[in-house]
Amino acid sequence: MNSVDSKPATSSLIGSEADSQRTLYPYVTGTSVVGIKYKDGILLAADMGGSYGSTLRYKSVERLKPVGKHSLIGGSGEISDFQEIMRYLDDLILSDNMWDDGNSLGPKEVHNYLTRIMYNRRNKFNPLWNSLVLGGVKNGQKYLGTVNMIGVHYEDNHVATGFGNHLARPLLRDEWHENLTFEEGVILLEKCMRVLLYRDRSAVNKLQIAKITEEGVTISPPYALKTFWNFSAFENPTLGAEGSW
Amino acid sequence: MLEDEELLVKMSREAMEMPPKGGFSFDLCKRNDMLVKKGLKEPSFLKTGTTIVGLIFKDGVILGADTRATEGPIVADKNCEKIHYMAPNIYCCGAGTAADTEAVTDMVSSQLKLHRYHTGRESRVVTALSLLKSHLFSYQGHVSAALVLGGVDVTGPHLHTIYPHGSTDTLPFATMGSGSLAAMAVFESKYREGLTRDEGVKIVSEAICSGIFNDLGSGSNVDICVITQGEKEYLRNHMLPNPRTYISEKGYTFSKKTEVLRTKITPLTEMVEVIEGGDAMEE
Repeated sequence: MNSVDSKPATSSLIGSEADSQRTLYPYVTGTSVVGIKYKDGILLAADMGGSYGSTLRYKSVERLKPVGKHSLIGGSGEISDFQEIMRYLDDLILSDNMWDDGNSLGPKEVHNYLTRIMYNRRNKFNPLWNSLVLGGVKNGQKYLGTVNMIGVHYEDNHVATGFGNHLARPLLRDEWHENLTFEEGVILLEKCMRVLLYRDRSAVNKLQIAKITEEGVTISPPYALKTFWNFSAFENPTLGAEGSW
Repeated sequence: MLEDEELLVKMSREAMEMPPKGGFSFDLCKRNDMLVKKGLKEPSFLKTGTTIVGLIFKDGVILGADTRATEGPIVADKNCEKIHYMAPNIYCCGAGTAADTEAVTDMVSSQLKLHRYHTGRESRVVTALSLLKSHLFSYQGHVSAALVLGGVDVTGPHLHTIYPHGSTDTLPFATMGSGSLAAMAVFESKYREGLTRDEGVKIVSEAICSGIFNDLGSGSNVDICVITQGEKEYLRNHMLPNPRTYISEKGYTFSKKTEVLRTKITPLTEMVEVIEGGDAMEE
């Protein structure tokens, strides 16, 4: 007894009836990651917030992780997908080590691997809902690149994900230059993270800065930025304009 | 007699059914909803590209704007003026639909002038603010004008932002438009209290340049307006960071000209009627 199938035509294009396993929207998300090249290597910064919609659910999410000997990854977007990506990368590094041939995967190779994963998932309409920053140093060559959930990838002297593109990139375009020292790099990153803290609603004031050089990876312990809220215009904003805010 | 009374009651009942004067009339909402369900595409509002900023410094207010007017993907006007005159001591930057910002600022500027004649006093920024916000609110966001209003009056320097739906903010520094995030990044990292005029102008220029170079909807030049107690400086095209380069030094010549075979000049006979003591042209 067949009645007219009322399912919309699009579902047959996107996937079989049995797949309710496609990512439709993210649930627990991390906000921007900002990365810059400096004199000795790469610096990455990300805060430690995991938002569940508009609630700030998790406040100790580590979004910066080392990958192998030569790379550092920062992930924004769906946290569970980022954890899945870390599993893929761990398998990749493990297989690479098992060869025991004296070669190790550098940041360029890892970036390419990530790009392939992200793009292939996107083509199956089941993306990993992330924007990733991949940085590293191998044989003196610094590398900093980014991939996002649709597979768009590029490398540059400074990259950012999410809101960082709108708020941090303008600052970096103005103030980044070759051969920043470590201290200058940290100051620049903190400046970007502070603006993001003020103007991104999903930012938290608990961040980590990670450094990768030829010697290895260092991820700082979490700390908070100093903020300033005492502008005199904020004290009594409606003094001259009763009823506004 | 009875019929007249009935008529009167009927007429007064009809009069009561009319919507009360003032306030927003929601009569057409049901019909609009029905049309949308039938497939009518509601007119969306145009967010035309712009970067406009304002900041309060030690002695007054500095307003800044880019000069690009876009029509979709095309630059319609490379050097338009986005800082509008409201009163001798009040200026207003406008983002959004250009016609809306022009019309609304012109209208409130006229109202302020009439008010000045009526009261005999300098206009206050909160007056302009109230006139603008009540006009925009009554149009429920359909007048797509996002404004940065700044000026100095007897009560001091003021800076406000006004959104298309009619809400306002009072701020020490503000940005609006598609380039607002790029400009706000500069403000948030560089603004402090008690800036001098030159420092303020420098920060405003940097913020607008950040919008010009990082936002596709903004471009061309930087306009600045500095307002202090009793005086204002309108710096049109204060910075031109996008000059035309690579102009060919040789100039352009067209090698092959059209050959002139024959020249014949035929003067036209003149017919002129001279009216003695004629009237001036009537308008």
